[in-house]
Amino acid sequence: MTMTPAPTKPWAASTKDRAIDGAIFVVSLLSSYLLVFITPLKGKLAYFACFFITYAIITTGIKGIQRGNAAAKDALVNSLVAIGAIVTVIPVASILLTVLQKGLPGISFGLFTHDMALATPTDPLSNGGLLHAITGTLTLMVLALIMSVPIGILTALYLTEIKGRFTGPIRFLVQAMSGVPSIVAGLFILSAILYPITKAYSGFMGALSLTILMIPTIARTSEEVLNLIPNDLREAGTALGGTQWRTVAMIVLPAARSGLVTAVILGVARIAGETAPILLLTGGGDRVNPNAFNGPMGSLPYYIWKSFNAGSPEAITRAWAGLLVLVGLVLFLFTSARFLGARKVSK
Amino acid sequence: MSTQDLVIPAPREILTQPRRSDKVFRGVVTGGGLSSLAILGLIAIFLTYRGFEVLRQEGIGFITHSDWSISTDDAGNVLESHFGLAAMLAGTILCSLIAVVIAVPISVFSALFLNFYAPGWLKKILITIIDMMAAFPSILFGIWGFLVLMPSVEYWAKLLHRYLGFIPVFDMQVPVYTRSPFVAGVVLSIMIIPIITSVSREIFSQAPLDRIQAAYALGATRWAMIKAVVIPHGRSGVIGGAMLGLGRAMGETVAVFTVLNIVFQVNWQMLLGAGGNVASLIILKFGDASPYEIKALMAAGLILFLLTLVVNALANLIVKTTGKSGR
Repeated sequence: MTMTPAPTKPWAASTKDRAIDGAIFVVSLLSSYLLVFITPLKGKLAYFACFFITYAIITTGIKGIQRGNAAAKDALVNSLVAIGAIVTVIPVASILLTVLQKGLPGISFGLFTHDMALATPTDPLSNGGLLHAITGTLTLMVLALIMSVPIGILTALYLTEIKGRFTGPIRFLVQAMSGVPSIVAGLFILSAILYPITKAYSGFMGALSLTILMIPTIARTSEEVLNLIPNDLREAGTALGGTQWRTVAMIVLPAARSGLVTAVILGVARIAGETAPILLLTGGGDRVNPNAFNGPMGSLPYYIWKSFNAGSPEAITRAWAGLLVLVGLVLFLFTSARFLGARKVSK
Repeated sequence: MSTQDLVIPAPREILTQPRRSDKVFRGVVTGGGLSSLAILGLIAIFLTYRGFEVLRQEGIGFITHSDWSISTDDAGNVLESHFGLAAMLAGTILCSLIAVVIAVPISVFSALFLNFYAPGWLKKILITIIDMMAAFPSILFGIWGFLVLMPSVEYWAKLLHRYLGFIPVFDMQVPVYTRSPFVAGVVLSIMIIPIITSVSREIFSQAPLDRIQAAYALGATRWAMIKAVVIPHGRSGVIGGAMLGLGRAMGETVAVFTVLNIVFQVNWQMLLGAGGNVASLIILKFGDASPYEIKALMAAGLILFLLTLVVNALANLIVKTTGKSGR
C-alpha cells in the first residue's frame, strides 16, 4: 500500500493572511470615513480617494514589516494598478448611470412618433419628439455606409491581397486618416462640395463627411480580419485554377464575412454620435425629411446639441432623452459587433 | 446518365500574364486603396485654397497674434479684419497636455493591471468596458462633463489652488474656476484613456515571455519583473500611445466646446476659466460668420489638420518601430 501525501499549496493565502487582508480593508474603510469627517474634504470621490490612499499605505507598511523592502514595493504597485483600473471604470459607470437616470423621465411613446416641426425644445415634454432625429441619423448612417464600405474594404484588400508597392504608404495614410479631427472632415466637405457646388445644407453633405471618418475604421479592422484568413485557402483557390479575382471574391471574402460585418458595424458605431461635422453640414431640420439630397436634415446629435443649448429644464431633459437613445443605439451596435467578432472566421 | 454525355472541357490556356479579369480587379482594388491618399491630399488642397487669402494677408501673424475681429459695412464688405490663432493654439496645446498628463499614468496602471494582475474573467469584462468607452460619442462626454463632472473638478481645482498655488501653473489672480482649461483637460483625459490603455496593453502583452519567466525564476516579485522586463520593453510604445491620445485630444471639438470658456487671449494658467481651442473656435464662429471670416476658419482648420497629422504620424511611427523591436 502506498501513501499519497495530501497536496499542499504553500503559496495560497492562509487563513491568517486573509484575516489580515480583511482587517486592512475594514480599517481603511473606517479611516476614509474618519478622514472625510475631520478634514474639509467632501463628496463621494473624497471617500474613494481617502480609502485608496489609506489602503495603499497600510498594505505597503504591513508587507514591508512582514517581508521587507521588495514586498512593500510590490504591494504598493499592486494597489496602484488596481486604482488605475478602478479610476478607468468610474467614468463609464457614472456616464451610464447619469444617462439612464436623467434620460428615462424624458422617454415616452410620443417621443418616437412626433418630430419637432410644431414644437421648440423649451416646450413641455408632451410636445414634439425625436422621430425626425432618429430617421435622420439612420439615413445618414445608411448613406455613409453605402459610400464607405466599398472604399474601406477595397483598401483592406489592397493591403492584404495585392501588397503592391504602395502598401507601406497606404497603411501609414490610413492610420493618419483615422486621426483626422471630425471638424476638419466637416470643413473639407464645406469647402470642396457645399460652397462651390450644392450651396445648401443637406443630409448628403453630412453623410459625405461621416464617410471620411468611417473609412479608416473599416479599412483597419477589415485588414486585421483578412490577415486572419489562412493562406492555405488562397493557395487552394489558386491551385484549383482560380484567378486572383475569383479566389478573393469566392473564397477569401466569404470566409471573412462575419469579421467584415464586425468591421462595418464598428465603423457605424464610430460615426453614429459624431456631432461637429453634422453641425456644420446638415442644417439640422426639425421636420422628418426623407430626402437626404434636399433640405436640412435633423439627426440625434444635432437634436441633443440644440436642446442642450436651449438651456431650460425641459430642454435639458430632452437632451438627456436624446442621449439615452443615442447611447442605446451605439451600445446596440457595439454589442452586435462584439457578438459577431467573437467568431472572427466563419465557415 | 451515360458516359457518352460527359463533356470534357477544353484545356485552359496557360498564360504567364494575368487575365483581363485580374487586371480589372487589381486596378479597382489599387484605386480603392489609393483613395485614402486622394482624400488626405484633397483635404489639404481645399483648405489651403480656401484659406489662402487670409493666410497671405495675416502672414506669420496668423499663428502669433491672438485678436479675432472683423468689421464690415452695411453692404457686407470687409473694412478691417484681424485673425490670429495664438490664443487658440496655446489653449489647444495646454488642454491636450493636461489630458495626457492625467491619462497616461492611469492608462499605464490599468494596462498593467489587465495584463499581469487581473484574472481572466475580469480582464474580459474590463476590456469590453474600455472598448465601449472608446465608442461613446463625444457629445455625451461633453454634456456629462458639463453637468456632472464640472462641479467636482472645480472643487479639486480649488484644492489645487489653495495648497499648491505656489507652483506657477496652479496660480491665478482672479478666482474663476468654471469652464477652465483644467476642466476641459480632465474631460479629454477621460476620452483618451481607452486609446492609451489599449495601445499600452498591446505593447505590454508583447513583452518577451522567456524574460518574464526568467525574472520570476530568479525570485522577482511581480513589480520587480515589470520594472526589469515590461517597462524597458514597452516604454517607447507607451510614448507612442500617449501621442496618439494627444492627437485625438487636439482634434476634439464638441466635448471641449461645452466645457471651455473661449477667450481671445493667451492664457497658460490652467485653473483660470479662460481658454482657447482651435476646433471649438470653428464651431463658435461658424454660425454667424461672413464669407471672409469663413475663409479664416478654413485656414484655422488647415492648421489643426496639419498639427494633428504630424502628431499622429510621429505616434504611429513610434508604435510601429516598438512593435518590431519586441520580437
